Amino acid sequence: MDRLTRTLSSVFTYAFLGIMAFLSIFPFIWMILGATNTSIDIVKGKVGIGSALMDNIRAFAAAVDVPLIFWNSIKIALLSTALTLIVASLAGYGFEVFRSKYRERVYSAILLTLMVPFAALMIPLFIMMGKLGLIDTHWAVILPTLGSAFVIFYFRQSTKAFPSELRDAARVDGLKEWQIFLLIYVPVMRSTYAAAFIIVFMASWNNYLWPLIVLQSNEMKTITLVVSSMASAYYPDFGAVMVSAILATLPTLVVFFVMQRQFVQGMIGSIK
Amino acid sequence: MASANRSLNRYFDINGWFFVAPAALLIAIFMVYPILQTLWMSFQTGKGMMTQFGGLANIKRLFDDPMFMLALYNTMIFFIVQVPVMLTLALFLAALLDNPNLKFRGVIRTAIFLPCVSSLVAYSVLFKSMFVQDGLINSTLLALHVTNQPIPWMTDPFWARVLIIIAITWRWTGYNMIFFLAALQNIDKSIYEASRIDGVPSWGRFFYLTVPMLKPVILFTTVTSTIGTLQLFDEVRNIMTSDAGSAAGPSNSALTLSVYIYNLTFKFVPSFGYAATVSYVIVLAVALLAVIQFYALREKD
Repeated sequence: MDRLTRTLSSVFTYAFLGIMAFLSIFPFIWMILGATNTSIDIVKGKVGIGSALMDNIRAFAAAVDVPLIFWNSIKIALLSTALTLIVASLAGYGFEVFRSKYRERVYSAILLTLMVPFAALMIPLFIMMGKLGLIDTHWAVILPTLGSAFVIFYFRQSTKAFPSELRDAARVDGLKEWQIFLLIYVPVMRSTYAAAFIIVFMASWNNYLWPLIVLQSNEMKTITLVVSSMASAYYPDFGAVMVSAILATLPTLVVFFVMQRQFVQGMIGSIK
Repeated sequence: MASANRSLNRYFDINGWFFVAPAALLIAIFMVYPILQTLWMSFQTGKGMMTQFGGLANIKRLFDDPMFMLALYNTMIFFIVQVPVMLTLALFLAALLDNPNLKFRGVIRTAIFLPCVSSLVAYSVLFKSMFVQDGLINSTLLALHVTNQPIPWMTDPFWARVLIIIAITWRWTGYNMIFFLAALQNIDKSIYEASRIDGVPSWGRFFYLTVPMLKPVILFTTVTSTIGTLQLFDEVRNIMTSDAGSAAGPSNSALTLSVYIYNLTFKFVPSFGYAATVSYVIVLAVALLAVIQFYALREKD
């Protein structure tokens, strides 16, 4: 009896996990199959490889300047990520290494901004970007994302593991504080930077609401905006939409598979 | 000696500010200033740039605005139904995957985690294409005899909400599962041995030992999920709306607060002051719910 229950529960476990795993990856398969099918077949729910791949790619390329759009997304994501990492690692290091009563208060205030919903910022930000003449530029997308409380928090938590002996030895050797940061901290914390890179890159690549508001001309748009506008047409060409969705998913998917370990470590590290 | 010490302290203090200044400045300009500006705007009435001080007029307007009430109702429904369903599922999956003897453990974990790598817009579009009236999901459900007529995902208010909940759950369950899994792996397994000897059944171990030990992680995932759900925008806009209109789903059944704020600001004749007031409803809801969740889940020492 006991053995029967155990077998049954193990069958149930595998069946349940199998179904969950299948449901989790199916939309990705659907996306790839969809890229080879006509819009009519997709809407009818055809699961299988079709012969419309080239037509779909042509339709997509005819609708938008694909290399330009892809470059816009890459440029925005890489610039945002690089600048966010510089700003946040400086701050995380600063808050952890040079402690003072007033900086702790600033830090608490920064953490509080984690709870601020973007909707409560977007109208003043939009007006501000208008006054700065930055509407419809990529800097309008990048600037408001650079002061990320989450990434600052992440770097401060990780800095706790940075050995203070290294710092003290460098100070005895007469290194300035910024030299210690640049020459010792940055190389030692490589894996922290890698994990933060993935998290920030994905967030920036997938950003939608804010670019939707500030990027208005077609040549400035990102791939995310293009996918959205193609799919929201009254009669969307789902074949071309699938091709665009693949392009929008590919970079984050590649980053994920190349750096899976750092990614998971990075996520978990942020709550320790 | 004392003065050398003081100058050393000063040296550290200047360095400290030097390191944190860029971040503090950016946050002051792009977070603190806008949030205060929004608060000030919420007392302004009028259209576009023609505004005047309106006192509490916008707050009164909230209560007379059926569209706002609907958006608030929908957002709360998404929050109340979706967050517990997703976190329970994530916890359950993590508990199953915490077994080191499980075969294909790594593959299953990666598969369930994969959705959170997808872009919100791209996955919304995929869901839109799968849930069309005669599409994949309905034909599969019909073939499996789960239902004997196609489910009106896009045209019925109830099913439109269900679709949004299914979509968000697909995207975020694996993400939350990873946090639970990490926490489970930090638990000292010898605790379980003692209770097994005492004859506590496995479900009892789960509810009376595992869940209490996971409280901090449950708090973290609950608060982050709450913040996320209350800001729901991308999915609704990309599954439920078309270029033609601003309606979010059948009879606006999927209209969320964020979508409504977006419509008030960028779709209708802009009413910045009122939109600011609505956005402060989200600010207050997030703050209130975070405090409640914090007290409900804090460690009782």
